[in-house]
Amino acid sequence: MNQFSYVRPASQQAAIDAITRDSSARFIAGGTNLLDLMKNGVLAPEKLVDINRLPLRNITLNNNILHIGALTLNSEVAAHPLIKTHHPLLSQALLAGASQQLRNMATTGGNMMQRTRCSYFYDTTMPCNKRTPGSGCGAIGGVNRMHAIFGASDQCIAVHPSDMCIALVALDATVLVAGPKGNRRIPFGEFHRLPGNTPDQDNNLGKGELITGIEIPHSPFTNHVYYLKVRDRASYAFALVSVAAALDISNNTIRDARLAMGGVAHKPWRLHEAEKTLIGKTPTVENFRIAATVATQSARTYQHNAFKVPMAQNSIVTALQKAAAV
Amino acid sequence: MSQAPNENPSCPGKKDKHEARRDFLKQSSALMALAFTPPLVVKAGEHDEAIAGLFEKMPVSLEINGKAYQLSVEPRVTLLDLLREQLNLTGTKKGCDHGQCGACTVHVNGQRINACLTLAVMQEGKKITTIEGLAQGDTLHPVQEAFIKHDGFQCGYCTPGQIMSAVACIREGHAGSPEEIREFMSGNICRCGAYDNIVAAITEVKQGGHTV
Repeated sequence: MNQFSYVRPASQQAAIDAITRDSSARFIAGGTNLLDLMKNGVLAPEKLVDINRLPLRNITLNNNILHIGALTLNSEVAAHPLIKTHHPLLSQALLAGASQQLRNMATTGGNMMQRTRCSYFYDTTMPCNKRTPGSGCGAIGGVNRMHAIFGASDQCIAVHPSDMCIALVALDATVLVAGPKGNRRIPFGEFHRLPGNTPDQDNNLGKGELITGIEIPHSPFTNHVYYLKVRDRASYAFALVSVAAALDISNNTIRDARLAMGGVAHKPWRLHEAEKTLIGKTPTVENFRIAATVATQSARTYQHNAFKVPMAQNSIVTALQKAAAV
Repeated sequence: MSQAPNENPSCPGKKDKHEARRDFLKQSSALMALAFTPPLVVKAGEHDEAIAGLFEKMPVSLEINGKAYQLSVEPRVTLLDLLREQLNLTGTKKGCDHGQCGACTVHVNGQRINACLTLAVMQEGKKITTIEGLAQGDTLHPVQEAFIKHDGFQCGYCTPGQIMSAVACIREGHAGSPEEIREFMSGNICRCGAYDNIVAAITEVKQGGHTV
């Protein structure tokens, strides 16, 4: 790992000041992804700003809005009674990701800032427009079994790696941000970006901005939820495809539905059109199949990842079946 | 076996050539580090709790296995490298060094983490337990006893991490069934494939009602 200077600010403002002053500085919270990238030489910040002493580690419920501080650990969120009661989908998604050791280190804000696990991004001898803009994409025409089927560009076909974020986009969460120009709120679906011509930018955070927390609005999705993760081994692997499914069912009718996918796009992939096909319908496998077909209409595959389309369809049907218990 | 499985099982308790070489390397690299490190330790700035510049060491206070340490480390030193290279606590293993294998699992304030993916300076003021701190004198921890009884290893390299993870798994309440144990132990890879015996060892300790 390259040398770097280290600062552990005692206040949020000092942390933002420290980052704003130095263009190569990075925040560090859990460090589980950043230190990995630094060891591989993918990133070489000259300064780390350790934010772990900031008072951003809490979970509260006020006026039916759930607030999670950015430094709350993934394991704490997954196990918290308020999360398990009000947003069990989030708890399931968190427990599907990483290992308990990593969940004991990784924070809520840091999870959102994870970089892709595309092997061409990690391998500094290969071209990668995300790591080195303009160098090309090793995955297009390369080994792209793990790569995107939605929303990719001719610059980048990498996928977003988080499970937590798939549940949060389904639950219409909001990202709370503080920065040199003050505080702002970003709808979760607008936080991460598609690659387009700027795949080096994973998200819409501005210079010097710090994630301080997230909010999840009250939702009816407390009973009929399921997070399905399909991967190369039974646990502790990134998703080939994952599905967050949430249904509000009464009198055998779907009142509301949420569907989002992981492992298929450069950002958490919300399936709005597929959700619409479910509302007002009965929770049957036939209706779930229609939703799955609609969900994958815009899919585009590459040499090694065409299997992801039927896998996505089957995963959507299975996740909805598990959520609805039919 | 109050410590980790010996790294040279054919020669237990005796320092062999390789260990002597390792000690020499540790001593000589410590001398080299002294020679090249500026003596300056920077004080905290007005608005910052702690700060260290490029090439500067900073003070770190840790409690490791019940013993207080006042250390001086470079910011880029991971907790794993601090334990192994500076403190000779080589029971904690370096497997992948990227958080993928679990060999470096230690407890920080009672929670299991991967020591390879955290900086030592980030652990300021924390209490750390390594495999060396698990036994009470000559009395092995119940999970250590169970690993021996059930043959929960072959080569033994992953074993310190497996045992630290297993103790935490039981304390967390995640050892209720073989399926739950497998899921919550999935961060510890055993390339010899001793998984069935590891699950049996954890199950026995959990069902035995031992205080872990």
